[in-house]
Amino acid sequence: MTQPHPSRRTELWHGARDSLPMLVGAAPFGVIFGTLAAPSGLSVFGALGMSLFVFAGSSQFIALTLLASGAGLAVIVLTTLVVNLRHALYSATLLPYVAGLGQRWRIPLAFWLTDETFAVVQHRYGQADDAPHKHWYHLGSSLAMYCNWLFWTLAGVLLGRSVEGLDKLGLEFAMAATFTGIVVPMLRNVPMVAAALAAATVALLARNLDYKLGLMLAALAGVVVGVCLESRKTVADGEGAPRKAAEDMGNRYEPL
Amino acid sequence: MSRYELAVIAGMTAVTFLIRYSFFALGDKVRFPPLVKRALHYVPVAVLTAITVPMVLLPDGQHWQLDWRNAWLMGALTSGLIAWRYKQLLAAIGGGLAVYFLWRFLFL
Repeated sequence: MTQPHPSRRTELWHGARDSLPMLVGAAPFGVIFGTLAAPSGLSVFGALGMSLFVFAGSSQFIALTLLASGAGLAVIVLTTLVVNLRHALYSATLLPYVAGLGQRWRIPLAFWLTDETFAVVQHRYGQADDAPHKHWYHLGSSLAMYCNWLFWTLAGVLLGRSVEGLDKLGLEFAMAATFTGIVVPMLRNVPMVAAALAAATVALLARNLDYKLGLMLAALAGVVVGVCLESRKTVADGEGAPRKAAEDMGNRYEPL
Repeated sequence: MSRYELAVIAGMTAVTFLIRYSFFALGDKVRFPPLVKRALHYVPVAVLTAITVPMVLLPDGQHWQLDWRNAWLMGALTSGLIAWRYKQLLAAIGGGLAVYFLWRFLFL
């Protein structure tokens, strides 16, 4: 190997650069999140705080919907747990690459782990070169995504404050449109469709339960129906491929 | 920021970080049961559908509105069609919003 390894700074920059499509993709969602915060009853600092500390787009959107409908604390936290559970898969997949790093690396990289960064960095980590600073690439992608999300949240918050009567405009529909656009392409096989139907049915039947418990029941029903149909049909996915499963999932789930 | 908001953000932060940090912290000592892995595939579809469908079919939260004058329904159908046909999330949102606002303008 004659070529020198990329420096830390080069890796950092490349990580940010390679995340560019993801940055562009996340921007509108940051704006929509910030804009919808006030109509959903979340204060300016609440919205910024959520992007600053939680930093998980899909669960932030769902939290807005839940806040607007007066859901309790436990339901919001529990829903966040369920929705973000996929990150544990990412965490497991990236572990081999960060295992050699100290906690002062692992903690921030874990905090910044998103669908987008996972997709970008697992590609870099998987490359055959033995470059010693690949975690700087990871850091570059993480920082770019984080700053981007904060910036667009702030832009949305300011936009929301400057437009009068935004709540009457019905922009909450943007959230329903977003969720629909995410779900529909995932309905590619019978278990997925059945999971969606089961979740929708239970959500409608249980919609008047207290504390939005209907949502939890509906999610559970969807997952159970999906898993049951899948195992009837198949093809034990087998032990050997947690990485494959995570990749598959990263591709399947539209990042938000 | 109210105490309630503070609690919501603290709770969401805690669970999200713990999930993301789980394997980084524990290392190879834990493994994902295959069943859990498969179940996770269905979580996004189940949760998002469960949130969206009641919003769309009962826009005011109380009354069914199963007709073509329902702006939420028509907008969501548009988003769904665009997403299904073109797999472009932003186009799906934009198209759905356009139909939604048009319907509100026409029928409200």
